[in-house]
Amino acid sequence: MTGRPKAVVITGNGTNCEREAAEACRLGGFDAHIVHISDLLSGEVILDEFHFLNLTGGFLDGDDLGAAMVQANRLKYARVKGGRDRLAEQLDRFIQGGRPILGVCNGFQLMVKMGLLPALDGRSEQLATLTFNDSGRFEDRWVDLIVDRRSPCIFTRGIERLSLPVRHGEGKFVVADEAVMDRMESGNLLTVRYAHGDEPTMEYPLNPNGSMSAVAGICSPTGLLFGLMPHPEAYLHRVNHPRWTREDLPEEGAGVELFRNAYEYVRES
Amino acid sequence: MAVRVEVGYREGVRDPRGERAVREARELVGIPLRSVRTSNVYTLDMDLPGDVLEKVASGPFSDPIIQQYAIDQPLVYDFDVLIEVGFKPGVTDNVGRSAGEAVSQILERPLTSEEGVYTSIQYIIDGDLSPEAAESLASQVLANELIHRWKIVHRDQFDPVRGINPEVPRVSIEGGGRVAEVDLDGGDEELMRISREGLLALSLDEMKAIQAYYCRDDVREMRKAVGLGDRGTDVEIEALAQTWSEHCKHKIFNALIRYREGDGEVETVDSLFRSCIVEATEVVRSRMGERDICLSVFKDNAGVIRFNDDYNLVFKVETHNSPSALDPYGGALTGIVGVNRDPFGTGLGANLLFNTDVFCFASPFHDEPLPPRILHPRRIYEGVVEGVEHGGNKSGIPTVNGAVVFDERFLGKPLVYCGTGGIMPREIQGHPSHEKKAQIGDRVVMVGGRIGKDGIHGATFSSEELHEGSPVSAVQIGDPITQKRMTDFLLRARDERLYNSITDNGAGGLSSSVGEMAEDTGGAELHLDLAPLKYSGLDPWEILISEAQERMTVAVPPENVTRFMELSRKMGVESTDLGRFTDSGYFHILYDGRTVGYLDMEFLHNGVPQMVLDALWEPPAVQEPAIDEPPDLGAVLLSLLSRLNICSKESIVRRYDHEVQGGSVVKPFTGFRDDGPSDAAVIRPILDSFEGVVVSNGIIPRYSDIDTYHMAACAVDEAMRNYVAVGGDPSWAAALDNFCWCDPVESEKTPDGPYKLAQLVRANRGLYDAVTAYGVPLISGKDSMKNDYIMGDVKISIPPTLLVSVIGRMDDVRAAVTMDLKRPGNLLYILGETSDELGGSEYYAHLGYIGRNVPKVAFAEARERYRRLHQAVEKGLIRSCHDCSDGGLAVALAEMAFAGGVGLKVDLARVPTEGGMRDDRILFSESASRLLVEVEPGKADEFEGVLTDTVWARIGVCTPEGALVVESDRGELFNLELGVLRDAWKTPLGEL
Repeated sequence: MTGRPKAVVITGNGTNCEREAAEACRLGGFDAHIVHISDLLSGEVILDEFHFLNLTGGFLDGDDLGAAMVQANRLKYARVKGGRDRLAEQLDRFIQGGRPILGVCNGFQLMVKMGLLPALDGRSEQLATLTFNDSGRFEDRWVDLIVDRRSPCIFTRGIERLSLPVRHGEGKFVVADEAVMDRMESGNLLTVRYAHGDEPTMEYPLNPNGSMSAVAGICSPTGLLFGLMPHPEAYLHRVNHPRWTREDLPEEGAGVELFRNAYEYVRES
Repeated sequence: MAVRVEVGYREGVRDPRGERAVREARELVGIPLRSVRTSNVYTLDMDLPGDVLEKVASGPFSDPIIQQYAIDQPLVYDFDVLIEVGFKPGVTDNVGRSAGEAVSQILERPLTSEEGVYTSIQYIIDGDLSPEAAESLASQVLANELIHRWKIVHRDQFDPVRGINPEVPRVSIEGGGRVAEVDLDGGDEELMRISREGLLALSLDEMKAIQAYYCRDDVREMRKAVGLGDRGTDVEIEALAQTWSEHCKHKIFNALIRYREGDGEVETVDSLFRSCIVEATEVVRSRMGERDICLSVFKDNAGVIRFNDDYNLVFKVETHNSPSALDPYGGALTGIVGVNRDPFGTGLGANLLFNTDVFCFASPFHDEPLPPRILHPRRIYEGVVEGVEHGGNKSGIPTVNGAVVFDERFLGKPLVYCGTGGIMPREIQGHPSHEKKAQIGDRVVMVGGRIGKDGIHGATFSSEELHEGSPVSAVQIGDPITQKRMTDFLLRARDERLYNSITDNGAGGLSSSVGEMAEDTGGAELHLDLAPLKYSGLDPWEILISEAQERMTVAVPPENVTRFMELSRKMGVESTDLGRFTDSGYFHILYDGRTVGYLDMEFLHNGVPQMVLDALWEPPAVQEPAIDEPPDLGAVLLSLLSRLNICSKESIVRRYDHEVQGGSVVKPFTGFRDDGPSDAAVIRPILDSFEGVVVSNGIIPRYSDIDTYHMAACAVDEAMRNYVAVGGDPSWAAALDNFCWCDPVESEKTPDGPYKLAQLVRANRGLYDAVTAYGVPLISGKDSMKNDYIMGDVKISIPPTLLVSVIGRMDDVRAAVTMDLKRPGNLLYILGETSDELGGSEYYAHLGYIGRNVPKVAFAEARERYRRLHQAVEKGLIRSCHDCSDGGLAVALAEMAFAGGVGLKVDLARVPTEGGMRDDRILFSESASRLLVEVEPGKADEFEGVLTDTVWARIGVCTPEGALVVESDRGELFNLELGVLRDAWKTPLGEL
């Protein structure tokens, strides 16, 4: 690969974490680009130019029909100008090319609703969802996460624990049936979970939304597609941490490591 | 033929919206329900083939994992009562708009103007409800009659085959395009009738000025030349009423006031705005000299100051009180997305950086009967909180700081202050970003949403008290996503320098935005028939003054129009060329090529006669109460911690995203359990730099019951001490003033107008003295002067309220300080003197008194203290810092201790006082300008050195014991566990 690998953060229709997501990519080592979806639909920019795709947080279309529902529908049907292909086809090509995708919060909701996650047998019908928190409310609070060390997820390599903020109203992870959960569990795809100490927890507010099995984020069997509700791009420096004035914390925020892992993966592959 | 799609949750899936309905039914109207399930109903007003309908219902309309749907048949059959709530025709239906968009994506074509999707919510109720109870549940809990329609179906009335008939709330208005002449040829009574019945909110003097204008020979001649008669058109009269409204023209702040104190001499105040506010800023700026941070003050939609060599900061706070009284959710939502457009429409436009919100409510636990048309404060509370939540979160702007103030007088009108800060590059393609000017020949382009009847007369409506005839059309519902798309587009257009000027369409709509921008060139030509409408049937005057949301007006040079329109189309935003800016000297308004309005720019903007008002200050007859010192001061502290004005607002604040954009440094809550109340916010706007923006607020309406001079001075002081407490640089700070008053104009309805006006004069003087003493320029502000409720014999006036919001910077956010105690063994200091100043305090209020000794700010001492404190912050000498405010020293000590999970032992005898004060007074006095500071023993000497020649004392030490222990020369006064203190503070609003 010549030059730094390129990360893209897609924005538009209500995404709002694009700046910090791009900064996180930059800190991780990427050459980061914020691209408005209209630039993709107009054909001026194509996903094939990039090595790492970020579907970041926000309120796509206001989450009016449920989180990310309209965008999932848009990506399914929208044609790139000139009629060459649908955006969904570019996305499939990106995945088949073995390039990583990170979905955070609204981006995670989007991936799940498009069937990009858990993608047990590749992109499929929707197998899971993220719905209203048991509290019935949007909440912004920091949570502790434990990482499944056996997970194939390339983003969490070498990470055991994380503290990150959640900022959502629809983060409760629910699957279609037991079988889906069983397969995810046996494949170690439940990558990050809300934790109390070293154990997954259903206790509110440590588990802020009532997610099944305390799931905070999941990955695909390839480990290349990863989605989570907590925001790694919100913890780039120790001053982002709610207790930075009282705790001894490393200068760099723990969220950066996920992006650096993506960078390492892209550079090596 | 319309089709209904009902979408509900599958068995076993929790339905938080239903659970909330059960809770609110019980708490708001005392109706017990066994359970409530909800469904979303989409009514599609279009012909769709069956397979497409199936695709729509199964795809974007429902989530297969948790939901199921039914097309054209009922989804649910088993219930006691079903209540379906939808919008009235013309009310913004954001979900319907998104649903329509999803359908158009599937169809791969835009919807036609005949097609649409309308949404409603079904509440499927299991519970014994009489028809009356069902009606009150619908009208008082589930719906708001101003914006909603509803249908109640009892079990035995339900047709299980057909279900509920589809109903399409399409707007259908006959006609449109009509222009009427207004006959002003009458006496005083006739003029006032026209003003009143037309909701013009113009005074007799103003009506007479307009009458005189139309009698001028030169005016008649010019009108004749453009084909208009001698009488004004409704378009013109409405434009004048809007431009001259109190809301837009600030007539009271610009009035000539004859002010007298008691039997003293009459002093003449020619415009409080000029003599107090503008003057204060001029004084401060001239003293700042080369270090002046101001770039644009008072002239634009928001104030602009320097941040560093590359960026400017923009800040504005607005109120949206009257609409929030009628529809708390829509009013507050519109308030927040509305104020977003102020920094966005300042200079060439700013990136939006943070929101700050301050609410004033009556107690949500109010249990007295309510006067007519007043919503229960609990509903106001819930609605406002949720509206601001949706407005801020969906716009991707962090809500970093705020306050909630409770007083029973806010029952008549709640106050909803919404503020937004922005940042912009100092230059855009070499042009200073804070300057804008429309050029002759520039096109008038409207961008964003379409125009409907929403918000007509908003500007004039908010210039009146809430009364029987308050118009329902004044209510709007904001649409954050349409706005977000628009701002995404306009920021790109800004960076390409495609326009010369930009302003928002808020109060007064196009009349205001185009009218104001036309001052740059000396005229404009506006074609109202070209404006895109939500539905047909509007008359030209309605198009002109509609306050339909999410619209900006920009001045685009002709050579950039093609590029501007192309980018707009590409990014899915509607932009329309409505005319051009001219130097004709006239605001020329056309419809279908015909002139419907032709107003002299000079008269439009400067023709309003100055009001002349009397103000009489007589100090209120308040006395200091004679009270014995309570034996258990610990118990008093616990009671104070649970008072609404002091207790934790975490249940509100957690609902606001305070971290989006990645710059969060000092969050609203801090401490070892993330639950201690921060004094102010610190954010890092540029992610690869450590320069910080600091934001704080000060508001203390209780003191107005004694003297508004000190109320205002204390509000400035509170904002500044909060600002310096977290590390803000006091030499780099600017402030906004935001007055919410009760009507101070003497009339039959307001016999005490002269007193209320005197309160306004005194508040302005307090503000002037404080900001000039502190060297903090006022850069923008707002006033809302009619916060009264009048219905029959009932009149409720809010306490005069001034919100002071401060914005500034700190060089390095890594020096920021939080309020939680850090470590046992550290020393605790108090800075500043404690005096017998309990007038207006929470302590007195708790005991049922007001008192007389209101806190007075010693400006020079306070300024010096803040400067020294900042030096100590920069030297890294401080581990924590918290200001003393509501509830005084005792409350501040408790908050620091439980936030830090660190005990504290304090000796009151060491607290510097004016001498001979009782312990309860030392503990609960609200003397201004005091701060508590935690310092490590090894840094004590250096810290004390920084404080030389100021008032300070070392009053205590941090302990590992987990309790707050306070003693005086009488011995130990109380010893309270941190958990007990925390519970007292967190419980009252914890469950709301």
